[in-house]
Amino acid sequence: MLPEQASTVAADIDNLYFYLIAFSVVATALIVALIIAFAIRYRRREGAEPAHRDRENWKLEATWIVVPFILIIIAFAWGANLFVEVSVAPDDAEEIHVVGKQWMWHVRHPNGRREINELHVPTDRPIRLTLSSEDVVHSFYVPAFRVKQDAVPGRFTSMWFEATEPGEYHLFCAEYCGTDHSRMIGRVVALAPSEYERWVEAADDPLVSAGEELFHDMRCADCHTGEPDATGPDLFSRYGTAVAVEGEDELVRFDREHLRRALLDPGARVAEGYPAVMPTFRGRLSDREILKLAAFVEARAEDE
Amino acid sequence: MDDTRETDPAEGDAGPNYLRAGYSIRSWLLTTDHKRIAILYLVSLTVMFLVGGAAAVLLRLELISSEASLVSGDGYNKLFTLHGVIMIFFFLVPSIPAVFGNFLIPMMVGARDMAFPRINLASWYLYMTGAILGIAIIVGGGVDTGWTFYTPYSSTYANTHVILAVAGVFIAGFSSIFTGLNIVATVYAMRAPGLGWGRLPLFVWSLLATSLIILLATPVLAITLALVAVERATGIGIFDPGLGGDPVLFQHLFWFYSHPAVYIMILPSLGVVSEIVACFARKRIYGYPFMAGASIAIAILGFFVWGHHMFVSGQSVYAGIVFSFLSFLVAVPSAVKVFNWIATLHRGQISFETPMLYAFGFIGLFVVGGLTGLFTATIAVNVHIHDTYFVVAHFHYIMVGGALMGYLGALHFWWPKIMGRLYPERLARWSAIFVFLGFNLTFFPQFLLGYQGMPRRYHVYPQEFELLNVFSSGGAIFLGLGYLLPAIYLTWSLKYGRAAGPNPWGATGLEWTTASPPPSENFARTPRVTEPVYNYTGERQS
Repeated sequence: MLPEQASTVAADIDNLYFYLIAFSVVATALIVALIIAFAIRYRRREGAEPAHRDRENWKLEATWIVVPFILIIIAFAWGANLFVEVSVAPDDAEEIHVVGKQWMWHVRHPNGRREINELHVPTDRPIRLTLSSEDVVHSFYVPAFRVKQDAVPGRFTSMWFEATEPGEYHLFCAEYCGTDHSRMIGRVVALAPSEYERWVEAADDPLVSAGEELFHDMRCADCHTGEPDATGPDLFSRYGTAVAVEGEDELVRFDREHLRRALLDPGARVAEGYPAVMPTFRGRLSDREILKLAAFVEARAEDE
Repeated sequence: MDDTRETDPAEGDAGPNYLRAGYSIRSWLLTTDHKRIAILYLVSLTVMFLVGGAAAVLLRLELISSEASLVSGDGYNKLFTLHGVIMIFFFLVPSIPAVFGNFLIPMMVGARDMAFPRINLASWYLYMTGAILGIAIIVGGGVDTGWTFYTPYSSTYANTHVILAVAGVFIAGFSSIFTGLNIVATVYAMRAPGLGWGRLPLFVWSLLATSLIILLATPVLAITLALVAVERATGIGIFDPGLGGDPVLFQHLFWFYSHPAVYIMILPSLGVVSEIVACFARKRIYGYPFMAGASIAIAILGFFVWGHHMFVSGQSVYAGIVFSFLSFLVAVPSAVKVFNWIATLHRGQISFETPMLYAFGFIGLFVVGGLTGLFTATIAVNVHIHDTYFVVAHFHYIMVGGALMGYLGALHFWWPKIMGRLYPERLARWSAIFVFLGFNLTFFPQFLLGYQGMPRRYHVYPQEFELLNVFSSGGAIFLGLGYLLPAIYLTWSLKYGRAAGPNPWGATGLEWTTASPPPSENFARTPRVTEPVYNYTGERQS
């Protein structure tokens, strides 16, 4: 019934949650028991005397004002104390930048490594995220860490956590942000510190990651989903192979040049069996950007 | 029993009952009789409730599966926006004040009508204008901002009919201002001789508190929504940082209305439950001054807690802690209410007619809704459950479990007075139980989903949340059927129900001293109040 406890504060927050549950169960049981007992004991019977009028008693009223007040003050103080801990990052926290935009998370590590919809972090080290948004309000939420913070356009907000267990955890956008709000999800990968060092230092071709970003920005995957019934053909399985195009007898090799022409003059070579609906990117993509995209598609094609 | 109405001396020379005062459509659409206006509201609110309820059923059907099944992502977003906007602005906010407040406040204070009968009629026309705009938006393609209209999504990014939607809510807001104005003026100025403040039924106190919130808070909502429309239409930067505005400012302004609005929805039900519990326990409500004071206290405190909707929005840590503390304080007058109802049951003469079942159901759901409110007020826990299904479950326990159970309780309690007919009691009791069970099956699993981390407003979701969603959707089907039953048997009772007589429950209160349905002028002559309030135990004049 609980999500995993994977950060230093998760267990503390769950303990407070259990206090509130215990308090609520006792209070509910008391109220329900009294109502049932009175309902049975004082149910209306034939020919009974009129109801008894209780004397008003201010001491009784004072009791059920003061006692609940004290009990909730405990919850308030406990919660406030813990909140300060959850809010204020330790001085030695490592800083990672996160930018939300419809509908993805861009992450940038201190050494410049980037990722999309994933966040790799080391365990046992405090991590401070500086959040912002390029469009509407989003919210960065990792249930296993029990932390959440809005990413607000026009300002920086921050949050921090320290992962305790290596593993993969849900990352959700918690603030409604439009069409694909429920697909603005990803994962947080907590790695042992040594593995994180290896991961973050791993030579990551900057061309490829820049291309991946463009791939998201230009919304290529809206049509080139990779599904069999997609509007556009799957790019990664076809790259490097010979493909059929409308109106030509010979197959065409899907290489960088083909990709460039498809982007700038999509009507010239339409993939066979697909509608000619691809818009041109002339004027929107420079040659350098097309090279980045090609590098990404090539890298993904090699992976598959 | 059938002859009671004709021979009842209370009717006297006050003329025919208000339902017989005219049969033409014109006599309804141009009426200034508060009782007829209440009926106009009852009919239009029922239609809006059905629309909002149909949207809820579609949402729950979609969520049976973790993948997209029934509707597209945009379709889902429009459905939950529609559900929220209709249920909050066109059903819950007006519900009890516009129907039962209109019908009962003049009768409870011994007056012939509201203080401003024409403003009262104008309020219904404003409501209808807003409602028709709302329906037009649905037909014209919908709106997808959520009922909260958060900026800059609503003001810049959404491609749907945002301006029309905020215009509809803006106009409907003035309809509630008119109703609130009337209630305050009527209670202050038109009480019958002998009806001092300490003799007002608690329903009147709670509607007075509600009306004060409506008058003070609704203008803020109106201005905020107008600013959204201005930014959207003209590009003047108010909330969009791209234009030099501040999106968090919108949240402050919006919740400055919308948190008090929660008390606009729940306070009237607290008043209804006091009337019902006193009647069916045959006792004066225990701690009357504390109950009246608690209503006022909730109304006042409600204005100082809006920041608890923004604990993770980037507001300062200290502001968050102060708002957390103030939010906890609301629990105190709420607890006072519950304990005083229980003390009223003590040594009473309790019977279990349908309205009392709804009152018991209300107390149970209100307790759960209130206690889970403590979870959301606890700031460190809130960080985790904010914008998850935990919050969805919590506010449905308050606003549906609370406000709607109160509305149905009121409908069953005063139906014989309003229509002069009794409904089939056994069927009504079963449907009350059905609604209670269906409600819990629908919304309790959502607490668990929320703490597990399922965010709200998700069209598709990870598979591990599917089982609890299936339970919740199953409950929603029960709940929907439970709401349809009263619509059927109450309609049936209009023609086939037994005549109710002036006071079928043996209740105290001026509205029960006149015929059912009441004559157009309410009372043959202005009543004179000589007894304490809720004088079920036959006390002498104090």
